[in-house]
Amino acid sequence: MADKNRKHRPQALKTQQTLGDMLAERGVSRRSFLKFAAYTASILALPPTAASAIASGLAAARRQSVIWLSFQECTGCTESITRASSPSIEDLIFDFISLDYHHTLQNASGHLAEAAREQAMEENRGDYLVVVDGSIPLKNDGYSTIAGISNRQMLEETVAHAKAVIAVGSCATFGGIPGANPNPTGAVAISELTDKPVINLSGCPPIPEAMTGTIAYLLSFAGIPELDHLGRPKAFYGEAIHDRCYRRPFYEKGQFAKSFDDEGARQGWCLYEVGCKGPVTYNACATLKWNGGVSFPIQSGHGCLGCSEPGFWDLGGFYKPLSAAKDDALKYAAGAAVVGAAAGAAASMAVRAKRNKLMKAAQAAVSDSEKEEN
Amino acid sequence: MELLEFARGPALTFALTVFIAGVVFRIASLVFMWRTRDSSVGSSREEPAALAAVKEIARRMWPLPTYRHRSLFQLINGYIFHIGLAIIVFLLLPHILFIKDLVGLSWGHLPNNLVYAVSIVTLISLIAALVMRISNPAQRIISTFDDYFSWLVTFLPVLTGLIATMHLGARYETLLALHILSVCLLLIYIPFGKIMHFFLVFVTRSQTGAHLSHRGAQQL
Repeated sequence: MADKNRKHRPQALKTQQTLGDMLAERGVSRRSFLKFAAYTASILALPPTAASAIASGLAAARRQSVIWLSFQECTGCTESITRASSPSIEDLIFDFISLDYHHTLQNASGHLAEAAREQAMEENRGDYLVVVDGSIPLKNDGYSTIAGISNRQMLEETVAHAKAVIAVGSCATFGGIPGANPNPTGAVAISELTDKPVINLSGCPPIPEAMTGTIAYLLSFAGIPELDHLGRPKAFYGEAIHDRCYRRPFYEKGQFAKSFDDEGARQGWCLYEVGCKGPVTYNACATLKWNGGVSFPIQSGHGCLGCSEPGFWDLGGFYKPLSAAKDDALKYAAGAAVVGAAAGAAASMAVRAKRNKLMKAAQAAVSDSEKEEN
Repeated sequence: MELLEFARGPALTFALTVFIAGVVFRIASLVFMWRTRDSSVGSSREEPAALAAVKEIARRMWPLPTYRHRSLFQLINGYIFHIGLAIIVFLLLPHILFIKDLVGLSWGHLPNNLVYAVSIVTLISLIAALVMRISNPAQRIISTFDDYFSWLVTFLPVLTGLIATMHLGARYETLLALHILSVCLLLIYIPFGKIMHFFLVFVTRSQTGAHLSHRGAQQL
């Protein structure tokens, strides 16, 4: 079905066309569409009854203008969302979206590209979505510019009249790798520079379904999905990877791989000892998985890096167990021992000196007393 | 996560620094402490100091018959939480990994589930110890801030560790951070309170044994 759809992709979509019209035009059956709606409802952790709401919401949705801004990033998030290995109805949604500005995907360049962004903002004022990947450098606006416009300025003017802002990837959500210690560019997250509510889809990169599911939700419903304290949809970031990991029983039983090439690793035991950050990482990798549900890092034999958490690059090392100290906690140990020994010796000497003084005073008193008696 | 980073980073470094300085200070103070030379003639029953020390350490492992009926529960309860704490600290893999990262030493571990069970027993035992202390008038009168605070800083890491394991009340990283911070509090307090007996228990018993032997004390 998907290949067939791909073959019949129109060159351009009519602006007033609804998603329902478009799917019908492409030969997607009502049954397939409802299955997609049910799937979307399930990955968003919505009740089954929400499937029909999503179906009707999506069917009636009109073409959504999306402006995708890329700042200090590596394009991995775009690679993730546009992966070509599994053409699906999600692809159709992206076809349905009017992606009016995206460096990597748009044909236009230079001032024509910027004109497209400005035109989209003007024509869809108050109704366009802004998706951002990459962090913003604050130390110097010149560190990252597009068409001579600083990242900060472009973000501010673009989100000013946006309907919603989606920060995609750990750079946009938390500063990510550009923000890692020592953060040379003063990189910050998008949410620090706008008062608009930002939906954070963290991860390096985020799971494609988290991105498409969130966009489907925004197209289907008026509001934004339920978010956690870091602004991430709870449907995708509500549970720790460790809690849903198929290797969890090995953790409880105390069976751990001690290296990536030992018997424990071959047996598929828990990767905690080789640095897995699954216990403190909230993402849907263990349930939705990657590449169409084929696998995820832990299933492939590598511990979780914790890439969807703030500051994951600075958690003390990917291969350092979570229970170990983050830094060299004994860096002051030698100095502490010297200070302790010196203070102990000094305290004892002080007591001795005091005692000697008292003894001398006592001896003098005895001596005086004897003299008086004599 | 920021709290966890703080706990695993600066808090732990600070706590270990204070712990090392404090323990060395206490030991150095003892080593250099002024002592009166004991010039008295030893008892005819005096044993070699080393032998008397070892015998005293062994003898104090179990109460004398005279006191057994009064102190048996406390003694057994004491053994339970001491052994429990030793198992938790030294035989749970995440703890071993912590030590291995610090000093490079590691050893075998028990299944996590088993250590969780030991933790629950230890927790109950510690609560029993506190109840005994409060309910016994004589013990209550002689108890000081040090006794209660020592109990608290011992109890908190066990409690927070269990809560973190069970994910009760907050997110795991917050609970883990609180657990590490409670351990930091324990480390900082160890040198300055009664928990210093972790290092000194056998030293003091040896000293007492040698001294009593010199004076000719006899076991009843």
